[in-house]
Amino acid sequence: MSKQAQHWEKTRGLLFVTLAIWFVFSIGIFLFGAEMEASSIRPFGYPLSYYMTCQGSLGIFVILIFWFAGRQEKIDEEFGFSEREDD
Amino acid sequence: MFKGNFINNLPKIYGTYTGGFIVFIILMAIAEQAGMSAKVIGICFVAFTVLIYALIGYLSRTIQVDAYYLAGRQVPTVFNGMATAADWMSGASFVAMAGGIYFKGYGYMALLVGWTGGYVLVASLLAPYLRKFGCYTVPDFIGTRYGGNLARLSAVIVLTVASFTYVTAQINATGTIASVALDIPFNIAVYVGLASILMCSMLGGMRAVTWTQVAQYIVLIIAYLIPVFWISNKMGAGVFPHLMLADEVARIAELEAQFGLGDVKNSAADLKQVPKGLSGITKAHAEVNTTPWKFISLAVCMMAGTASLPHVMMRYFTTPSVKAARRSVGWSLFFIFLLYSSAPMLATLSKLSLMDPNLATGIIGKSISEVQAIDWYQNWNQANLMFVSDFNGNGTLELNEFFMGGKAVVLATPEIAGLPYVISGLVAAGGMAAAMSTADGLVLAISNALSHDIYYKMINPKAETAKRLLIARILLVLIGFAGATIAALEIQGILGSVIWAFDFAMSGLFFPLVLGVWWKRANAQGAVAGMLGGLAAGTAYLIAVRSGYPGFLDITQLTFGIVGSVVSLVLMIVVSLATKAPDAATQKMVDDVRVPSGKAILGRQH
Repeated sequence: MSKQAQHWEKTRGLLFVTLAIWFVFSIGIFLFGAEMEASSIRPFGYPLSYYMTCQGSLGIFVILIFWFAGRQEKIDEEFGFSEREDD
Repeated sequence: MFKGNFINNLPKIYGTYTGGFIVFIILMAIAEQAGMSAKVIGICFVAFTVLIYALIGYLSRTIQVDAYYLAGRQVPTVFNGMATAADWMSGASFVAMAGGIYFKGYGYMALLVGWTGGYVLVASLLAPYLRKFGCYTVPDFIGTRYGGNLARLSAVIVLTVASFTYVTAQINATGTIASVALDIPFNIAVYVGLASILMCSMLGGMRAVTWTQVAQYIVLIIAYLIPVFWISNKMGAGVFPHLMLADEVARIAELEAQFGLGDVKNSAADLKQVPKGLSGITKAHAEVNTTPWKFISLAVCMMAGTASLPHVMMRYFTTPSVKAARRSVGWSLFFIFLLYSSAPMLATLSKLSLMDPNLATGIIGKSISEVQAIDWYQNWNQANLMFVSDFNGNGTLELNEFFMGGKAVVLATPEIAGLPYVISGLVAAGGMAAAMSTADGLVLAISNALSHDIYYKMINPKAETAKRLLIARILLVLIGFAGATIAALEIQGILGSVIWAFDFAMSGLFFPLVLGVWWKRANAQGAVAGMLGGLAAGTAYLIAVRSGYPGFLDITQLTFGIVGSVVSLVLMIVVSLATKAPDAATQKMVDDVRVPSGKAILGRQH
């Protein structure tokens, strides 16, 4: 397999992981709104459903993007596809 | 100041600017103590900030194509994040969002999740690849990737429909704020707002818009956070509201039960007296009050719409590298998060201020005549944003007898909570910044698509630089005027049309953009069918629902993008597979887009 094909395969793998995490926190947990509300897990004392909609999921998305960017940079470096500074 | 190593000096320049703005706020506070009237303070805030933006716009003027379309591709990661956040957070986010949360609670907060989760899609599916492509506009990508003027034209059509729906709402918002702050009639204020918007973008295109948007972000975030922190501390609710309002949320639920929320329904005759656009509290503050599907379908539409709206995507074309584009998405979302996570806190503080009889500001349970004598009630009643009426004739204000406009949550809460007027002036300046920055991004997205993709690429490919930029500027002014003219008619509310814009963009552009990078087999015929078919299906569903068709699967006029995008996806796959595969050169182009190194597909000048 060519270097480029390998690079793309790893990139795709990272995409699936990223989208899976994204799916859980943007769609998955909101299938269980009522259960979250009744849950005894109460971050900072807020009902879990309320907390996830106003801070939880939002904060996770921020972290997720930075994590994704870091991993993708590693993949690019591994295959020598990083940009040169002067590009 | 804007010459030489301007880019290296950015932290210093914007640091000075932020310091200067804070000094200005302090000066205004002193002037207020010295007896300056509320009206003059409001005028000073809006006029001063707008003049600064205009100055930045003037200093960033340019006669180069890549500076006009791409800000010279040298906007550093963090600053591009701030500019994107301002570009993104519209008058709706700033003025209407906290109000929506206040009235509709959990069901409405699907928008918070959708408008942030979409950035994960932007970062992972699109932004870095489109940056590598090197396009000037989103249709530029579609036109080059799929080949052919028809694909390019279809993309321009979808872009124009979505962005124009959005921009009228923004110009409307600038008009509303300018008319209140400067005390002029709305249909004149709309054009004052328009003039301010054009001053920021006309001379310098993307370059000028970038540097004004950074300045506007700084103003809007200061204007949003100061009241939230101040009110929270003043009320004794907590030093850091975001982590400390759990008791207040619980207290609201307690009061809702005490005041019998939902027990008493207002009769239709009573509701007729309430001025249009005002609503009462009818939904519980923090309870799950909607079905999972309703929540998720709205969130999904907003997420896919985020990834398809051209004025956001084009911000990532301005970064120095692919790597920077990726990180810049993270910074954008961080800066957006600062405001979005504060909106529910503001809604909580605002509601508790009004409801809690233990607080001096609480009005529920007081006598009607007492409430009607309060200064701020009279002001906001006059502005048509507040209303009380003694429906049951017991002389006391009940929860179901108090009505407020959504905008009042942001605009009036500082005054209700007893903050000095200088804060209200600051909030007006923040709202103006939010609406202007988004309007600028949108007007530029439309006029760039028309000038670059329609005029230069399709009508007159031999046009010289000077002529191209002249056409671009003329179109900018024309689009702005068209938007202002429609805004002056006041057809639709701010928030409704914003949500429609997301659904339009999602219907026509989401899959053609994503598959352009992720599916090599996608071809021009498929993309054209996907764009036009998706847009047509979505629009048809919207019109049908608006004219009484009950719809299916609980898809409403706010989520019609689901219909559009599914049709778009199916058409794109079926038509692509039924027609010839893209040629080798196109396949090679897609391969090149997928790796960050190497030259951009489209050069700096094209």
